[in-house]
Amino acid sequence: MSTDIGMWGVPLAILGGAIRVSTPFLFVSIGECLTERSGRINLGLEGTLVFGAMSGYAIAFETGSPWAGVLAAALAGAVFGLFHGWICKFKGVNDVAIGIALMLLGMGLAFFFGKPYIQPVAPDLPAIPLGWWSDIPQVQAALQVNALFIIGAALAVAMAWMFRSTKIGLTIRVVGDSTDAARAIGLNPNTVRLLSTAAGGALAGVGGAYLSLYYPGSWNEGVSSGQGLMAVALVIFARWNPIYCFWAALLFGGAGALGPALQSVGVTSGYYLFFAAPYVLTLALLIFTSSPDKAMDGAPGELSLNK
Amino acid sequence: MTAARGGIEVEAVAMTMRFGAFTALDNVTLKVRKGTFHALLGENGAGKSTLVKCMMGFYHATEGNVLVDGRDAVIGDPVDAQMLGLGMVYQHFTLVPSLTGAENLVISRADAPSVIQWRAERARLDDFLSSMPFKVPLDRPVSRLSAGEKQKLEILKQLYLGSRFLILDEPTSVLTPAEADEVLGHVRALCEAGQISVLMITHKFREVTAFADDVSVLRRGQLAGHGAVKDLSHDDMARMMMGAQPERAEVTRSATVGAPVLTLSDAKAADRSGLKSIDIAALEVRAGEILGIAGVSGNGQTELMEMLTGQRRLTGGEIRIHGEPYHATRREQKALKVRYLPEEPLHNACAPRMSVAENIAFRIFDEDDTGGPRLWKNTRQILANAEARIAEFNVKTASPHSPIAALSGGNVQRAVLSRELTGDVDLLIVANPCFGLDFAAVAAIRERIVESRNRGVAVLLISEDLDEILELSDRILVMSEGQIAFETTSQNADTAEIGSYMAGHA
Repeated sequence: MSTDIGMWGVPLAILGGAIRVSTPFLFVSIGECLTERSGRINLGLEGTLVFGAMSGYAIAFETGSPWAGVLAAALAGAVFGLFHGWICKFKGVNDVAIGIALMLLGMGLAFFFGKPYIQPVAPDLPAIPLGWWSDIPQVQAALQVNALFIIGAALAVAMAWMFRSTKIGLTIRVVGDSTDAARAIGLNPNTVRLLSTAAGGALAGVGGAYLSLYYPGSWNEGVSSGQGLMAVALVIFARWNPIYCFWAALLFGGAGALGPALQSVGVTSGYYLFFAAPYVLTLALLIFTSSPDKAMDGAPGELSLNK
Repeated sequence: MTAARGGIEVEAVAMTMRFGAFTALDNVTLKVRKGTFHALLGENGAGKSTLVKCMMGFYHATEGNVLVDGRDAVIGDPVDAQMLGLGMVYQHFTLVPSLTGAENLVISRADAPSVIQWRAERARLDDFLSSMPFKVPLDRPVSRLSAGEKQKLEILKQLYLGSRFLILDEPTSVLTPAEADEVLGHVRALCEAGQISVLMITHKFREVTAFADDVSVLRRGQLAGHGAVKDLSHDDMARMMMGAQPERAEVTRSATVGAPVLTLSDAKAADRSGLKSIDIAALEVRAGEILGIAGVSGNGQTELMEMLTGQRRLTGGEIRIHGEPYHATRREQKALKVRYLPEEPLHNACAPRMSVAENIAFRIFDEDDTGGPRLWKNTRQILANAEARIAEFNVKTASPHSPIAALSGGNVQRAVLSRELTGDVDLLIVANPCFGLDFAAVAAIRERIVESRNRGVAVLLISEDLDEILELSDRILVMSEGQIAFETTSQNADTAEIGSYMAGHA
């Protein structure tokens, strides 16, 4: 059965696409949000994402369970995060430079170990049909929501609560805002940052697993199109707030879905231009939210961006 | 959470601290009696910080020990000190800027719960606050509190943590006189109520006489004298602190008021938060006068300085020097003979890791002897110039080649001043020149400023230290909420009146 819903198809496709495309943004950005709140920048999350995509796909194929793949991706991401956090504790090491090195390392390792997994087909992650109430197939298709998206949204809310109302959350904020203050109350900033970077890496790894196990749903070397890097920019204009990260991720997802959605209703001119929408959006938002006279508010004080 | 259960007696006995061959502290004994306010006086480098750091367990004294309530105390680190009820309020705030007051208090507790029930915590905090003599807003991020509120919150935090002996490290250095009196008055009241004993490090005699019971004076690591404050005069304390050094003669002023040099008309700019604006309707500095701008920190003085140095964009109005529009470019600074001494000169007027000689050469390194452009750096000339300036301005440095960051605050200030006051100067713009400097340095810097005024330089002095403004200025403006609120001459200046304009109550 096919119902013609006319131009309504575009916003619907954008909504469905936003939910599908935004999930990796969501995971990487809340992971990066956690890391940056502790006072470090991990620019290597793009590499972590790609390695997570590869390891998740490989383990899902070997075990037959997509969830085992997600777990493996999270572990791999945590290892990358731990490595970043460990190197950055040494004096004179710059977290941005290490991040870039780890990004290239992660991608290189993923391509190297991932070669044998380009052909095989691994099981996909299940989707939850939230469109059961509608008879319109387009609505049903748009509301096929992956479990990871829901988990990610819940994590964003949980993280916001953690920053406000738990000792761990306050500890991370203290360390991120003032190393001296953290030392004065007996915290070890390096340990807190190490663990935050590891947890952030694990989340980025899960984002990668989503790419290879759900959408687009296969492993190849072009599986990521820079989501890991854009998520870093996304954290900045989400003002280091996990809830805003969620909305920003949706916005990015929607922009990413613009091209395919217009294509589905037959708009084919400027096809590649629409695919550039998320990147244009990144630039535009960063320009519009910046100001020559005003300092960035909400930025953790220890971030090397601010120094 | 424990409320203070009464002050304790703390005594440092025969403390000696050596760093290699250098003796920072030589057999110093100091006793803070139960429930009293004890002042520790001394110049920079006299060993005050070393002494309190030994007492707090940051350093392990080479010899000597600490008695708490007459019993030998083992203090291995600051956590041990905290357990014994010893707390310290640092000169630089240790509050976390982006956290609210309430969050700062709760997280500083060793037994903070892993999930914080904010409603219950707030009720307990309000309970605690109601037993305190002063209040601080707890729901605002600390970065939005005034310096006085932060200082009060630091003290509250120590009491909240159950400290019964407080060390205050120059607690008023960032406060206005009124804020300082308020904070110290509350601390004094807590002592009199027997809740705490206090040891305060300070440079300011006025605070010692007004608030302290006892005083100890350190000079070059040794105890130079001690006693009850009521038995000692300012002269006695100064003699203990400075040794037999002769007093500096007051610099005489000559009447030299000339033509206007700097004029601002309707100059507007956004303030630091971007929400409010700075609006200077009219400001004029004449040759041969010092115009002082007083104000409580955060009322737009920093922004005004940034407008004058070209660090902040004007959104309206204009700045003129000698009648010509001024945008603070290097070319204009040179042509119009404008020089600056910004606050925190190490950050705002130096390249910290470059050498003293190079820093002193910043105004001349690209000019040859005739003032024309120079392509190759002349190291010999830079060095000769530096040696002359170092001698002339009495800058204490190991060598002209040492990085300027290695110098003490007073000597960085002297080095920058030597650079800025050499050559033809028509206008000198100065902000908080004596912030955090010791006695001798303060006197030397102020003397230089008055000297240049007497030479006919127009001086704009922006300072948060009202005493400094009153001492140096010919005319005084008060800044409040980003505007000039009041003007007076120094002869007619009335501290109370200025204070009320500073507080925005007039």
